[in-house]
Amino acid sequence: MKINKIILSFISAVAILLSTSVVSFAKVVGDKIVLGAAISLTGKYSSNGVHTQNGYNMAVDRINSMGGVKVGGKTYKFEIIYYDDESNPKRAAQLAERLISQDKVEFMLGPYSSGLTKAIAPVTEKYGVPMVEANGASRSLFTKGYKYLFAVLAPANLYLDVAIRTAVELNGGKGVRIAQAFEQDAFSQDVRLGILDAAKETGSEIIIDDKLPKELNDMAATLVKVKQMKPDVLVVSGHTKGALTAIRQIAEMKVDVPMLAMTHCDAAKLSKQHGKNSQYALCASQWHKTLTYKDNFFKDGMTYAADFQKEFGYDPPYQSAESSAALLVFKDAFERANSFDQKKVRDALAATNMQTFYGNIKFAPGGQNVDKPMVLFQVMCDGAGKCENKVVAPLKWASAKLIHPIPKWSDR
Amino acid sequence: MITVQACLDGILLGVLFALIAYGMALQWGVMNIINIAQGDLVILGGYIAYFMYLYGIHPAWGVIVAPVIMYFVGVGLYKLVINKVVDRDLFISILATFGISILFMQLMNFAFGADVVLANSGYGTTFLFDNNVVLPNSKIFSAVVSIFFAICLVIYMKKSKLGRAIRATAQNARAAKILGVDTEKVYAATFGINAALCGVAGALISITFTIHPYMGLPYTIRSFMIVIVAGLGNLPGVALSGMGLGVFEEFADYILGTEFRIGAVFLLLVLILVYRRFKLSRKREYLK
Repeated sequence: MKINKIILSFISAVAILLSTSVVSFAKVVGDKIVLGAAISLTGKYSSNGVHTQNGYNMAVDRINSMGGVKVGGKTYKFEIIYYDDESNPKRAAQLAERLISQDKVEFMLGPYSSGLTKAIAPVTEKYGVPMVEANGASRSLFTKGYKYLFAVLAPANLYLDVAIRTAVELNGGKGVRIAQAFEQDAFSQDVRLGILDAAKETGSEIIIDDKLPKELNDMAATLVKVKQMKPDVLVVSGHTKGALTAIRQIAEMKVDVPMLAMTHCDAAKLSKQHGKNSQYALCASQWHKTLTYKDNFFKDGMTYAADFQKEFGYDPPYQSAESSAALLVFKDAFERANSFDQKKVRDALAATNMQTFYGNIKFAPGGQNVDKPMVLFQVMCDGAGKCENKVVAPLKWASAKLIHPIPKWSDR
Repeated sequence: MITVQACLDGILLGVLFALIAYGMALQWGVMNIINIAQGDLVILGGYIAYFMYLYGIHPAWGVIVAPVIMYFVGVGLYKLVINKVVDRDLFISILATFGISILFMQLMNFAFGADVVLANSGYGTTFLFDNNVVLPNSKIFSAVVSIFFAICLVIYMKKSKLGRAIRATAQNARAAKILGVDTEKVYAATFGINAALCGVAGALISITFTIHPYMGLPYTIRSFMIVIVAGLGNLPGVALSGMGLGVFEEFADYILGTEFRIGAVFLLLVLILVYRRFKLSRKREYLK
């Protein structure tokens, strides 16, 4: 019994010793800049987690092969330590803590989704670790006064703002009647707040304002109301399940509405899963490959898409593009700071003002990117039923003309 | 017209819920096991139909293929896990099936990915009352199939040898065993039949709604509620309370707003539990 105890305590002592003396990755080892990232490789966000990781890896390879990062006359290469956060906010916060205090990472890349970014931000803030994130758009991330959080994407409240403004413009500047259905989660509710603001400014009226449950897969009740009230615009946001459910039931119930605006269409692969039924839907997107922004690493959207396709075998969703952009921002900030001091890098990040293939990047004091508008694309199908997403707004980037109003089901 | 629409929507939805609850009631009654993994079995059935759809087979055939595959999944589960807990108390079985539920979710996520998917049936739409009431044919199809399977099950339980054995075991397992019923086989079959029903429901859900590895729990909860409302061993009651729940949900949605839909359902559950408790206590006093 006693011997057992001694052996046990010996083993645990060794274990503790081993666990604390794991080789510590300082911020910069030799010629490497080590970044940390907790990403959802399993769990419910795993598909988008993988898109995020592919975006990061693509940019790391590209920057490293094109000369790396030059700081203080020396060249450094990027390296990322990944952990799987299992799509779980608590786990993500633990991993952030581990990356910073155990692996000694001094710069972080963001996880996937607003919820997980919200879990990690207090940790990086506490340790003063600059984090550039590419997949957390929730407005509340940018109102907490975080000093070390920078997001390359436009905040959630701007997602469908363009759609309402376009509808008002097409209505001769007069307000429109809006029906909206949003899932009850942080992101979708932020999109909703954006619509409320846009409605107020344009004198539009909100006639249906439904909140969908988290496990939504049936919105027939909302659509019946839409049929009765005949709004000018129907806005739906509820991640991929919201987009898929809306299109399925709108087609089945033959709901006629002049404009249908949604989020997450490309993540839901709408045109693939629903084909012609998804035609004419307007979708908010952070990025589209046909946009003509340029940079030195990926050239432009079309080249990025082709390279990405070659490396990973699928067309890049915007989640990958924005993740790649995060690395470009870091590289730029390191070189301008000309130092690895966290404060200096943070200040350099705050002063970022650059163009990438993904869009212009300039941070507001809250950390959100204010220099990149959202784009709207419309699903357009040809006679053979092959559907494509074409950018229709803002007009500057449009590659096709918006089809408005949506033809009635009886005429299709 | 909204009333008619809501009633029809609710009934069609409720019939589908009732089918899932049916399996749960059967299992609960026979084996005294509350299966938390019920919803996950449903989703697995949905994926079977979805994969048939991907390979160019019409997903409606899923209502025949999915139950066959799911039956064996159910029997396998029983042999691997459930027969080790079936004689313990209710709490252990809840824990065990809870574990199975988590395992299934993760495995499905691993195997099929985390994307939300659906199978398109291309069934079109039925218009009633001068186009004022709209019913997707896929929903009508799923209700008809659910009713068909439920009726088949009732007949099977009444007429077949295994059905009688299952009912005997539910009434008194010890007596059934003494009279020569192989209760072990009965339990395995019950679990298999439940899984098969889940398979049918899953295939129907992939046609009418969407499926996702983590979407099982709401189905478990709804079927749990339907069974509680109907009471154990009350199969017509399950059908009625299923439809009632569907209609109630739709009306709660129209009157209170979508955000209160699930809340209203839970409120109803609490009210019914309180009511049933009163009734039971009255009965007890009477017995004294």
